Amino acid sequence: MVGRIHSFESFGTVDGPGIRFVVFLQGCPLRCKYCHNPDTWGAGGKEYTAEAVAAQAMRYKNYFGDKGGVTVTGGEPLLQIDFVTELFTILKEKGIHTCVDTSGITFDPDNPASVEKHEKLLEVADLFLLDVKHIDEEKCKKLTGHGNAHTLAFARFLSERKKPLWIRQVLVPGVTDDEDDLKKTRAFIDTLETVEKVEVLPYHTMGVVKYEKLGIDYPLKDVEAPSKERVQNARRILYGEKHE
Amino acid sequence: MMQYKGWEGFVPGKWCDDEVNVRDFIQRNYTPYEGDASFLAPATEETKKLWDIVCDLSKKEREAGGVLNADTKIVSTLTSHGAGYLDKDLEKIVGLQTDEPFKRALQPFGGIRMSEGALEMYGYKLDPDVKEIFTKYRKTHNEGVFDVYTPEMRAARSAHILTGLPDAYGRGRIIGDYRRVALYGVDYLIQKKEEDKLSMNGDMTPDKVRNREEVADQIKALKALKEMAAIYGCDISKPAETAQQAIQALYFGYLAAVKDQNGAAMSIGRNTTFLDIYIERDLKKGLITEEQAQEFIDHFVMKLRIVKFMRTKEYNELFSGDPTWVTESIGGMGVDGRSLVTKTSFRILHTLDNLGPAPEPNLTVLWSKKLPVAFKRYCADISIRTSSIQYESDDLMRPEMGDDYAIACCVSCMKVGKDMQFFGARANLAKCLLYAINGGKDELMKDKKTGKPMQVSPEFMPIFGDDALDYDEVVAKFENMMTWLADLYVNTLNLIHYMHDKYSYEALEMALHDTKVRRFFATGIAGLSCAADSLSAIKYAKVYPIRNEDGIVVDYRIEGDYPKYGNNDDRADEIAVWILKTFMKKVKSHYTYRDSVPTTSILTITSNVVYGKKTGNTPDGRRGGTPLAPGANPMHGRDSNGALASLESVAKLPYEYSRDGISNTFSITPSSLGKED
Repeated sequence: MVGRIHSFESFGTVDGPGIRFVVFLQGCPLRCKYCHNPDTWGAGGKEYTAEAVAAQAMRYKNYFGDKGGVTVTGGEPLLQIDFVTELFTILKEKGIHTCVDTSGITFDPDNPASVEKHEKLLEVADLFLLDVKHIDEEKCKKLTGHGNAHTLAFARFLSERKKPLWIRQVLVPGVTDDEDDLKKTRAFIDTLETVEKVEVLPYHTMGVVKYEKLGIDYPLKDVEAPSKERVQNARRILYGEKHE
Repeated sequence: MMQYKGWEGFVPGKWCDDEVNVRDFIQRNYTPYEGDASFLAPATEETKKLWDIVCDLSKKEREAGGVLNADTKIVSTLTSHGAGYLDKDLEKIVGLQTDEPFKRALQPFGGIRMSEGALEMYGYKLDPDVKEIFTKYRKTHNEGVFDVYTPEMRAARSAHILTGLPDAYGRGRIIGDYRRVALYGVDYLIQKKEEDKLSMNGDMTPDKVRNREEVADQIKALKALKEMAAIYGCDISKPAETAQQAIQALYFGYLAAVKDQNGAAMSIGRNTTFLDIYIERDLKKGLITEEQAQEFIDHFVMKLRIVKFMRTKEYNELFSGDPTWVTESIGGMGVDGRSLVTKTSFRILHTLDNLGPAPEPNLTVLWSKKLPVAFKRYCADISIRTSSIQYESDDLMRPEMGDDYAIACCVSCMKVGKDMQFFGARANLAKCLLYAINGGKDELMKDKKTGKPMQVSPEFMPIFGDDALDYDEVVAKFENMMTWLADLYVNTLNLIHYMHDKYSYEALEMALHDTKVRRFFATGIAGLSCAADSLSAIKYAKVYPIRNEDGIVVDYRIEGDYPKYGNNDDRADEIAVWILKTFMKKVKSHYTYRDSVPTTSILTITSNVVYGKKTGNTPDGRRGGTPLAPGANPMHGRDSNGALASLESVAKLPYEYSRDGISNTFSITPSSLGKED
């Protein structure tokens, strides 16, 4: 089967452990205000078969070492969950570490078909990077256009199935850096059993150029990157005792 | 029983059995070091004071516009100047190029015009007597070359399809085995050269006469080397007896080379493991402390940092600065599997802490997967903090070069004391492709007489019509044009090196080589990625020529997309490989001066900007005048699949076809290597 791919990064060092081949899938249902990849939102991309993507990735096997592997991200990679499952099935046969960077938005706990698809994916995915967007339902809607129910449900789903996950929080001044919210997020993390790591990703403005190119109004025009102190504060709260 | 006091305590072997064999000495005597950097000592007070003097002079030099002082009258030879010091009482290692620090020497043997021009640019005037001598009575390398250049060579030179020809200055790139001065003492080396000369008998063919004359010049240079050391109150006729003497003798060897030659790259070799043997011996005997050992190395490196040459601003523009390429090769693995990392490998890198970061000497770690982990960590630590270490793959070079090679300039390897090279220039293959399309007429230059486009190569059949370029047709014409260019390039270098040997022979450096030396003929290519992408565009997209009023194709209209070199895409990468192989085969098909071994390099690290200025619009969409990519790099911004894909494309270029080196300039910010410390 074919997937719609935005691009590849052969030297990914920030999306999962080690050196990783990163596949950016095209398409995303969310419209996060801080998104730095607006070019992956809509239709488009180039079609590749799962075999072709796996073959691309395998060219860098020597660089993966003990920890590295392949990460799919986007966009929202699980919009194309069948493709990802097929790709990872091929990669697992070759002994490659697989990782998904997702918002969990596609996971609908009340829809057996959705649950089954995600179950299948879990068999071939070694690690999930779950971007929790916002712990507050209303603020989450404002930030991304969707609520957080699916995301949080997916986190619990991964935890119940003993699947390792990293929690990621993009830190945007005035949007996601409220102390009470961060504490709530931490409290939620404490209900999960398989969180290996928590990452605070400071918001940056490197995506602005892309908005200009695409002719989209940039929603966070007046927001600057968070100060070092704010980042440290967020890390202190979110990492808790377990994830320092 | 050891012949010399300086050899006491060393394990004997071939090296002291009537032959000059520094590698054998190292192998039998060095102590590999697997530990970490915790033993290192900080800079001494003397070192700090001395370094303050250097910093102060550097500041004054910058304020003075780049040159603080320059000799206008005394022609630099090994013994032309009295002793010069930064501070005589503080210096543990002595010797300057002239009698004052930061005073640049007058070195006119490469070309008097270069000397005069450089002086004038900085507000100095060449002494009229010197000018008269070097125009009327003593011919220079530069004059020799221009006497014999053909009109075609001159045209290719002014059109810049051949660029950076060493026809007006020293060719450089030769590394004397300066360790020999320390290990054997100069008298022994003279004796060996005398023996070599005696054996050069039989029919006195021009070659043999030249060889005899060269060895005679080498012997004279060695004698002058002794005299030079004597000016500083040092006797280097016998083997060095202490670490300080060894470093001093080795440095004198190098100092003599830079007094003699203003070469494009004056690299120093592979010395730390050698010197470590002396330091270890002295430490064991309790003669010195670690502080003193480090002080010797710090003072030695300080001297290497202030090596300076008088050069024109155009020259500096070509090389983006005022580089001396004092490359020192460090570490690597022995062919017996032992690491060649010693404590002195750490000590020399530690100078970057003690004296602060600096581009010179060009500290180059010969990297192997098998290097001791603690050393790798130390290198990484220093690199992160100073960005001042160059790395090269020992695993790639060792199989062919063994374990006693060193890097000249940035990537060119030679066995120390056994190999030399005739280096020169770059053939601009991007421009060569434009010549293929235009039948050898330059896309930018006009003939001064007719005002029409300048015909540089013989008149080849150009591409006619305005249809999309046909790949097979272009490739066939490109291959023809490469045949012409390789022929012209090799022969231009043949006569340049003939003249350099004749009028600016590196007698001192060659005295520190085996008499029977292997010679490389080091060519270079520029514009590889631009040429590859251009051909890929012609093959996979539609490229329409756009002509000017003279019918010359001066621009291209591209319809559709095409695979680009630098994305690990074989369709484009194979074109780059084909260009390299094809050009190199053509180079190899010619006679190369003194039966040297032809090699090539792809390493325009800075001059790609200048070469780009002289190259018109190319079929890949690159605008005329904009830079070509450095070295073997993909064109700027075209590698869209990340760093590894880009590196993998470069790694497809076969090293056996580019034995003189392949460079890839790669910058990365710490944060893109990961999130944590």
